[in-house]
Amino acid sequence: MKRYLIPIGIFVVFFGFLAAGLQLNPREVPSPLINKSAPSFTLPVLGKDNTTFSPEDMRGKVWVFNVWASWCAACRDEHPHLIQFAKTQSTPLLGLDYKDKPEDAVRWLKEHGNPYALSVSDIKGQVGIDYGVYGVPETFVIDKAGLIRLKHIGPLTPSVIEEKILPLIQKLNS
Amino acid sequence: MDHTLNLSLSQARSLLINACLAIGLFLPGAILSAQEARPVAADPALEKKVITLSNELRCLVCQNQTIADSNAELAVDLRNQVRKQLSEGKSDREILDYMVQRYGEFVLYRPPLSYKTILLWAGPFVLLLIAMFILVQQIRLRHKRLASEEFDQTDLSRARKLLDSSSGDRS
Repeated sequence: MKRYLIPIGIFVVFFGFLAAGLQLNPREVPSPLINKSAPSFTLPVLGKDNTTFSPEDMRGKVWVFNVWASWCAACRDEHPHLIQFAKTQSTPLLGLDYKDKPEDAVRWLKEHGNPYALSVSDIKGQVGIDYGVYGVPETFVIDKAGLIRLKHIGPLTPSVIEEKILPLIQKLNS
Repeated sequence: MDHTLNLSLSQARSLLINACLAIGLFLPGAILSAQEARPVAADPALEKKVITLSNELRCLVCQNQTIADSNAELAVDLRNQVRKQLSEGKSDREILDYMVQRYGEFVLYRPPLSYKTILLWAGPFVLLLIAMFILVQQIRLRHKRLASEEFDQTDLSRARKLLDSSSGDRS
């Protein structure tokens, strides 16, 4: 009996690794941008042709930067939660309209409601590349010093907002 | 269409042919990636470099493809980015760093050797060594056991009797 213990032990260890590996979400790639300065840009504000926005404008504030697009189906799922967030939270919510036609984006916001203080229009997706965006929607939390403190890939859910985003915002504001 | 960064062209070609023969599945991908890039190829030498470098980068949308193989929109954008930066005279290293800064080391199709990836690189060899050690140990043990095995007299005479009787049957 004893001689079987070693192979069984090895099997259990490997099985444990496999089981743990299967639990991981391969889409959640840790972002190298965490605790780094939010990449700078100057982009036109969606719907206001003559205004531009840069992340530097938000210095001194904790804010949420949400990457969305009118063509993005998953954005529709998270949209009600963003509207809820904008209604109940004082933290500014800004949007990055990623690889979208501005007219489509404006229409989409009219149709579904606009939770954003403002959205910037990244037509070519260059800013998206700078922020390492690969799975719209994505959400960044940026602190008072302009550092990215959290990146969430995929649609926000009430539990993500309550368990990850809100506690972090609270911590950053205190 | 060479998938090997560090080899000379002829080496790469023969290697690729071998690889294609060995893995038939590989061929459509290689042809596809070469054809895809052609329409925008104003400069074939540049395009070749774009493809070579693109083969080093993972498409994060479809994670088991390189950005050379993938048709995802992000892969197209990143290929354009590679092309733009190469034509600006940036080195391969600089472009790979640019991608790593934005998407993390996961974007490299060949993970670099570092303390975080040492298990990944050394793991198979460590396992092989352990397996070989166990094998040698077992063989040694077996040899020892056989050499030192003592038979008692009754068993021996029984065996002899059996052998005798069976050889007697045959003749």
